[in-house]
Amino acid sequence: MAANKDSVKYTVFISLVLCIVCSVVVSAAAVFLKPVQQVNKSLEKKANILAAAGIKAEPGQDVNKLFDQVIVTKVVDLETGKYTDAVNPATYDQRKASKDPQMSVALTQQQDIASIKRVAKYATVYLVEKDSKLETIVLPVKGYGLWSTLYGFVALKGDLNTVVGMGFYEQGETPGLGGEVDNPAWKGLWPGKQIFADSDLQQANMPEPKIHLIKGKVDRSAPNAAHEVDGLSGATLTSNGVTHLMQFWFGQSGFGPFLKNLRAGEA
Amino acid sequence: MSGMNAEVKEVLAKPIFRNNPIALQILGICSALAVTSNLKVTIVMCLALTSVTAFSNLFVSMIRNYIPNSIRMIAQMVVIASLVIVVDQILRAYAYEISKQLSVFVGLIITNCIVMGRAEAYAMKNPPMMSFLDGIGNGLGYSAMLLSVGFIRELFGSGSLFGFEILPLVTNGGWYQSNGLLLLPPSAFFVIGMLIWALRTWKKDQVEAAEFKLAPNSKKEAI
Repeated sequence: MAANKDSVKYTVFISLVLCIVCSVVVSAAAVFLKPVQQVNKSLEKKANILAAAGIKAEPGQDVNKLFDQVIVTKVVDLETGKYTDAVNPATYDQRKASKDPQMSVALTQQQDIASIKRVAKYATVYLVEKDSKLETIVLPVKGYGLWSTLYGFVALKGDLNTVVGMGFYEQGETPGLGGEVDNPAWKGLWPGKQIFADSDLQQANMPEPKIHLIKGKVDRSAPNAAHEVDGLSGATLTSNGVTHLMQFWFGQSGFGPFLKNLRAGEA
Repeated sequence: MSGMNAEVKEVLAKPIFRNNPIALQILGICSALAVTSNLKVTIVMCLALTSVTAFSNLFVSMIRNYIPNSIRMIAQMVVIASLVIVVDQILRAYAYEISKQLSVFVGLIITNCIVMGRAEAYAMKNPPMMSFLDGIGNGLGYSAMLLSVGFIRELFGSGSLFGFEILPLVTNGGWYQSNGLLLLPPSAFFVIGMLIWALRTWKKDQVEAAEFKLAPNSKKEAI
């Protein structure tokens, strides 16, 4: 064999064997480690929900326990905007559902401003209640940035308008530019911002979300400052993506109907 | 047997001071800048790189007699890339927080010149066990450098080591005013430069010969 080591046949044979062996090793590692990785992921998701709601876990405190204590998980039918029992909130996987044709709705080009193509029929929402009054509500959002789909949470106060916090738990934007959506300083700009205009809330049946990112820094004295967040410098497309996903999820095809019902106390 | 032991020692220890991959060969600087602001992350990166270098050397050496010359680099890359993915998967499963901080740098071990350099320069010519040790040795050399840089950066940049407070910060009511520059990647350039300077002052033979010599000034100053 060694005599014709440089022959084409031998070269192809060796590279095939090498590739097969390596791919088996890589896929075995991926498959066997997946369960452990998923536990980490779900823990991180819970930590993110708590962080968006402004609840800090004490060092050493079990995130799972804290989550079960303070958060009530419910499922909302996005079309009717009402709570539903169609699926079990504890096991429902919204991300999986949004890919399942049975469980999701295709968006028309006009609706699909966040470029997500399909939206799940049901969405999981997380409520923090105090004395049986809604204190904070955490809503899952997602949308396309520049390279990747951003998955995150937005937490609103009981008035269903003021942001308590927001953050993305999964994104693959350019590190240092669009990746700065994870920067705590930038996330710190969100609390206190308002999704809708007060006048719209009183008049319109389905208010248009006003929140958006702007180029540069927000002028605090500007009349619209409450609806504006600093854009990420060097990441126009990611910033647009964040604006679009906010507008989508708080609009008609997103949580709009649900928020409307909730405001009227009919969810 | 004693000759064998001497060789093992040589292969393991030489890369630490006498032939350090970062300080002498100036390889793998990219990750040395990126992951040294915090020792905990640095250690994980060192372990990851050492294991990848060691095992890629081992496997490349095992198949070195079967690899056709025309595709030898690609074959090395396939082995290295597979190992890096496995390491990345393990980190994601068992050290999730740290793997998030290391982010792309675990993946970028693939392009770390040390790994490829050792596979090509050593493992292609030497038996598996020695190649494995050579990988460990070079990993140790890389780690020694990274840990020194990480030690300096974390101690003076955030007043702590492994997250434990050593120098109480002014912001926490202590006396130490932290040096913010050291938390930024460019500071590693300075630190690495200083370390190379120190190393070459100690081991004079590492000083490179000057590429050119200044001609003596033949012109007399105008009177």
